[in-house]
Parts: sequence; structure tokens; C-alpha cells
Amino acid sequence: MAVDTDKNSYTIIFAVIMVLVVGSLLAFTASSLAPNIDENERMEKQQNILYAMGVNGNVDKGDITFVSTDKVADEFSKYIKQQLVIENGKAKEDNKAYLIDIKKEQAKAKNGGTRRLPLFVGEKDGKTFYVAPIRGKGLWDAIWGYVALDADMVVQGAFFDHKGETPGLGANIKQRYFMDDFNGERLLTDAGVFKGITVAKGNNDPTNKIKDDYEVDALAGATITGDGVSAMIKKDLKLYLPYFKTLK
Amino acid sequence: MGLLSKKDTKLITDPLADNNPITIQVLGICSALAITAELKASIVMSIAVLFVLGIGNVVISLIRNIIPSKIRIIVQLIVVASLVIIVDQVLKAFAYELSKTLSVFVGLIITNCIIMGRFEAFALGNGPWKSFLDGIGNAFGYAVILIIVGFFRELLGSGTLLGIPVLGDPIEKTGVYSIGYENNGFMLMPPMALIIVGLIIWVQRSRNKDLIED
Repeated sequence: MAVDTDKNSYTIIFAVIMVLVVGSLLAFTASSLAPNIDENERMEKQQNILYAMGVNGNVDKGDITFVSTDKVADEFSKYIKQQLVIENGKAKEDNKAYLIDIKKEQAKAKNGGTRRLPLFVGEKDGKTFYVAPIRGKGLWDAIWGYVALDADMVVQGAFFDHKGETPGLGANIKQRYFMDDFNGERLLTDAGVFKGITVAKGNNDPTNKIKDDYEVDALAGATITGDGVSAMIKKDLKLYLPYFKTLK
Repeated sequence: MGLLSKKDTKLITDPLADNNPITIQVLGICSALAITAELKASIVMSIAVLFVLGIGNVVISLIRNIIPSKIRIIVQLIVVASLVIIVDQVLKAFAYELSKTLSVFVGLIITNCIIMGRFEAFALGNGPWKSFLDGIGNAFGYAVILIIVGFFRELLGSGTLLGIPVLGDPIEKTGVYSIGYENNGFMLMPPMALIIVGLIIWVQRSRNKDLIED
């Protein structure tokens, strides 16, 4: 080829053109797909909230089946009776509460602001569920979840997810055998003090029959992810304690 | 003559055994250790690498004559990274569930040394069609090892394959667990992947003495 590809000027021009081409290509892809991606994320949030309170398509022992995406908006308005935002201890209704970004709220609290706490009050088979979102750190990246509680802060259902935990190890927080262990576990002592739930190694209760030990069995090879789950439960759910006290 | 000449066929079959990217070229070890604790992750990663390496090799090969040699590594990196990001975005928009499974692998694909290695060693000096064959050949070679390692780690570590229990229930003590068998938790740790890769290298070299260096 006639061009001298070793010349400095050529290298710089090539770099500039490449950056422009690749940059606009990525920007174009990102902005043209953004509405679709937002819509998917919105539906996922609703699916997760419904999953935690037991509205899902689970049939077998290991299934994690959400309400299908075409039905999720209807089911969400059918089962979720109230969407609350708790700010400075006061709860008010807000039907866009599920769109609140927990990550941003956590950052706000860190910088001295007040954190808005979304809470979803759902009803299924005559039972009332309070679903709270939580978020924390795993080994590699963010982990989050939705925990359904009853009025005494006993866990009725939990759903966890993660951004980048190791497949086969930390990523197993998303498995039924881990999430289901939380069902029936208590967050409060008899005196009403917040204790939380610890993901514990060697708690001699692998089948999780003992429900008032404030512990669930840890996952092999996922110590740090498990600690992250304990931490986010203790930290984020504790913030809801004042609200639950007003229910009594 | 068919679609592939003898030389072309070699490009695909060589990396499967005698020039395997993991066991012979010793590339891509990092991801082979990281994600082989279960078989499903191994398979997903293999498909992702197949896709990226196949297309990436062609792209690099097409622009090989105009890439300034001083910044060729950066150019290669940008090609891989943008490919992976575009695929990730498209999946997020149209196949959200699948993209969630893959999200963990995105970073691992970009930094996979097999990809950079093949760009550098092959695509920069060969035409697009040959580069494409070399890309998928090496991706298959990578897949073979990943799947072997993933198979043993999941079977011996968790007693399952693709998430389905095959050895019985470790807690209820059914199947082989009833005679005192226990899952080997160590299998789930990355060092075991290295040991299994080591065993594969051993078997391979003892069968083909040509591979042994002095």
C-alpha cells in the first residue's frame, strides 16, 4: 500500500478517525436502544417485587419463573395495593415508587442527604406483604434483592440478584435453595430489637429447619458474597424498622 | 474441491488438539479458571468467545493493512471491546434474560488473551476467510477444554450437571451419598481448575511426544 503506516502523522490521524467512528457507533447503539433497555429494566423490577411476595410461575423445586413480561404490568397493579415512599419517617403514597434508584438514594444518604425508602404493600390470598428493596456489595460488583416481610418483619419471601458474582459460587445467591432459606426467618428479637439475618458458615443447620436462629446456611466458596448479603439485609432493612413500629 | 481446502481444514482442527489455545499456547487460562465451576457457564462463555473471536478476527484481518503498527494493540483492544459492548446492548434490548446470564462474562471476554493472541498472531498476517476459520477453530479448542474442566468441577464439586442433580441429594443422603460419598468442595475453587488443566496437558503430551519441549 502506498501509505506509510509508520509515520507519526498517519498514526495520529488513524487514531482520531478510529475514535470518532467507534465512539459514534457506540453512542448510536446506546441511544437507539435505550428506550427498549429502560422498558426491560422497569418490567424486571416489577417482576422481582412480585416474585418476592410469591406471585410467580414457579412449579418445580428449583424453578425461578417470573410473571411473564406481557402480563407483569397488570399483575403488578392487581397485587400491589400501595406503593409507599418513606422519607424522614413519614410514609406517603407514590405510584412511581418502584422507579426509585436505590443506588442513587444510598449515595444521597452518604453525602448527608435524606434517603427515600420505597416500600411496596401487596396483598395475596388475604395476606399482606411489605416488599422492601435492598442493595449492597458482593465480591466483584453490586448485589441487590427484594425482601417480602409481614407486619412483624418475618421474611415471607426473598429474591436476590447480582451484577457480576462468580458463576457457580457467589452467583448462587440467585438459586432457589439459597433464597428459600430466608423464608420464615425473623429480623426482630422478641423485644422488638432489630437483629437481622446472617449468612453463616457451619451453623449446623444445612436444611434450615431452625427458623429463629437469625442465620441461614452459607454457600460453599462464596464467603464474601454471603457476607454482602448479610450486610445489605442488616443495613437496608433496619431503615424500615420505624415504619414497621407504626403498624402496631 | 469442497468449501475448505486441506490447509483450511487444518486451521480448524489444529487448535482442537495439537495446537490447543489453552493447553499448548497457554492462553485464556484466566477465564478457564474463573468460570468453570459449572458446566453451563463454560458453555455460555465458549459460545460468546466463538462469536467474538470469529467476527473480531475478520474485522482485524480486513483492516490489517491500514493499522499503524505502533498502536495496533490498542486498535485490537478497541475492536474487541466495541464488539462486546454492542452485542451486550443489543441483547439487553431484545433478549434481556440472556443478557443477564452473559453480563458476568462481558469483562472476561474483552480481557481474554486468546482473542488478543489470535489477532496478533494470525489475523494481522492473513486474509479474512482464513482468519475467520482460525478464529472459530481456536474458539472450539478453547471450548473443548472449558467444557471438560466444567464437567468435572461441577460433577465432583456439586454433584450436578447443568444444574441437574445426577448423584443424588447430598442433604437427604440419597443416591451415591447413601454409601458415604461427599461432594468435594475444593473442586469449586479455582486452583482445582488449574490442576484439571494440568492433567489434560499431561495426558495430551504423553500421547503425543512431539509436543514435549526439551
